[in-house]
Amino acid sequence: MSTVVEETHHDTHHDHKPSGIGRWLFTTNHKDIGSMYLWFSFTMFLVGGAMAMIIRAELFQPGLQLVEPQFFNQMTTVHGLVMIFGAVMPAFTGLANWMIPMMIGAPDMALPRMNNWSFWILPFAFMILLGSLFMEGGGPAFGWTAYAPLSTTYSSDSTALFVFSVHIMGISSIMGAINVIVTIMNMRAPGMNYMKMPLFVWTWFITAFLLIAVMPVLAGAVTMLLTDKYFGTSFFDAAGGGDPVMYQHIFWFFGHPEVYIMILPSFGIISAIIPAFARKRLFGYSSMVYATAAIALLSFLVWAHHMFTTGMPVFAELFFMYCTMLIAVPTGVKIFNWVATMWRGSMTFETPMLFALAFVILFTIGGFSGLMLAITPADFQYHDTYFVVAHFHYVLVTGAIFSIMAAAYYWLPKWTGHMYDSTLAKTHFWTSLISVNVLFFPMHFAGLAGMPRRIPDYATQFADINQIASIGGFAFGLSQLIFLWVAIKCVKGGEKAAAKPWEGAEGLEWTVPSPAPYHTFEKPPKVE
Amino acid sequence: MSEQRPDNSILVKRLLLTVAGMFAFGFALVPLYDVFCEVTGFNGRTSNEAAVYQQVEVDESRTVTVQFLTRNAKGIPWKFEPSIKQVKIHPGEVKVVNFLAGNPTSSNMIAQAIPSVAPAEASLYLNKVECFCFNQQPLAAGAETEMPMQFYLDPDIPDHITTFTLSYTLYDMTANTSAEAIAQLLKTE
Repeated sequence: MSTVVEETHHDTHHDHKPSGIGRWLFTTNHKDIGSMYLWFSFTMFLVGGAMAMIIRAELFQPGLQLVEPQFFNQMTTVHGLVMIFGAVMPAFTGLANWMIPMMIGAPDMALPRMNNWSFWILPFAFMILLGSLFMEGGGPAFGWTAYAPLSTTYSSDSTALFVFSVHIMGISSIMGAINVIVTIMNMRAPGMNYMKMPLFVWTWFITAFLLIAVMPVLAGAVTMLLTDKYFGTSFFDAAGGGDPVMYQHIFWFFGHPEVYIMILPSFGIISAIIPAFARKRLFGYSSMVYATAAIALLSFLVWAHHMFTTGMPVFAELFFMYCTMLIAVPTGVKIFNWVATMWRGSMTFETPMLFALAFVILFTIGGFSGLMLAITPADFQYHDTYFVVAHFHYVLVTGAIFSIMAAAYYWLPKWTGHMYDSTLAKTHFWTSLISVNVLFFPMHFAGLAGMPRRIPDYATQFADINQIASIGGFAFGLSQLIFLWVAIKCVKGGEKAAAKPWEGAEGLEWTVPSPAPYHTFEKPPKVE
Repeated sequence: MSEQRPDNSILVKRLLLTVAGMFAFGFALVPLYDVFCEVTGFNGRTSNEAAVYQQVEVDESRTVTVQFLTRNAKGIPWKFEPSIKQVKIHPGEVKVVNFLAGNPTSSNMIAQAIPSVAPAEASLYLNKVECFCFNQQPLAAGAETEMPMQFYLDPDIPDHITTFTLSYTLYDMTANTSAEAIAQLLKTE
């Protein structure tokens, strides 16, 4: 096995790792766990992507062709759950595991055994969730938001499995978040004070606090669903004195901070990559930190903008509308800072930078459609249409996922010790960029014209737009296989990477050799 | 490593406490939401307790139209309708409206009506002295009944509320109640 070769090769670094499957099962090494998180998240990305392909194939033409409506609903539901809890969040946790200790000059995460646990319960959570699709009556089909009474009175018998899998995912992310906070607070190298931390560390620090604040609330909400469905409680059952609208309040109290959990680490990644390839220091470091904190705090005050049509008093609608729009201010600060960083920089356009630039532009488009949705009276028109689908795919796919890809290309040389195949990587970028816009941009128009989301059939007037979106979808799905190819090729070999392969890159991670030795910073570095 | 690092366990304990606290907070939102709805009238709920009619001055200078709506939840075949679609009432004046219910099935059933007011703001000024919705309603197979609802409006009701709707949704509670209990309830009626 290649590990044997590596062992002799790296003996000078005291790189002793157990061989075989045991290394991965029992590892407490932050780099191993980070890699497992990243591979797991990529696997889930493909699984969730396959579901998206089924959705787009069904929507290729009006009418019902391929799947039953009930199965279509299961696909939209599980696609959402898999992409959010299986692809985006574990990818960020993987990046945090790999990079945070190296960025703050720590030898490992603070709680390495818990780290192992928090990863290894995840595959089981998703086996339970995906397994429920094969049960009699099917898996969850009520949308990832699991609104009551769809998820109680009208749900399939496998709903308990959905609830338990969400519990496990929640426990996993809470353990991951606790680990990040303890690592950052207690393990920084001497001299690495808070305002010297790289922004990726800062944004993850704030994300971790959001996670421990809201994941328990989600756990509580789905527990109430469980007892309502199986044990006769009436939290959300009007007949017993409960209120289904309350579920939406509790869910979105979790759900809106969750949205920022999936984007704040992206801000950190982009804030690392743009200065590196513009060869300038990041413009407005401290304003970036404060803007991140402001976004995190505001995220607790905007949840009801998901529920404008539930019938709220005008005062409440206005309050949530203004608070939502207020978030555009700190977000605007960030966009401004990134553009100002590039201003008069000597920019080059390596693949990480290309993804970062696409992020800045396309995430901003997603932000703008978010502002349109924030306008209460307009939202009555947009609510539950494809406009919403277009909006959140712009912020999650061209936002969060593009930033994860940017991060992967940026740090692949550090992880593997090899440069990736740049021609292939650029092919991946350009095919992804074009296809993702062909996929999601027309959805804005379908939504504005009134096409509802989560429905397997549609009026014939939407046929052309859906056909275009589906073609973009298939192309985007295929493009991600190029990414897999690049990653495998880079792990297997390629041009040797220098300790600091990017001229303008800054940070402690570039002071260790590439590939990063199994143990780094056993003696803390000096930070000036 | 000889270097002195801060004790992780204190921080971990604090964070775990936060997690436990937030889990509890999720459940605490349930009673908090109830209180919030009661105080603000949010969501159009009305009180589940009978209001005691206090002799108040009847404001004859204005009238408010109260409309009545009834709806059956999924799976309950009862006849359920108000005896009158709407009433005009002066704030402070007491009115009784009867609701008709009929059980067309061949088995004894029990149901619960859940009220809701739109616009929600009006729910704060609606005082029900007597309402069938305060209790579950048993009905023998094939039986029909009139269910009274006695109410008055608080004279403080803002001028801009000239019309509001009181709707009732009827839920089948038979599955949650034993046949003997229903029979017992029917006997005492």
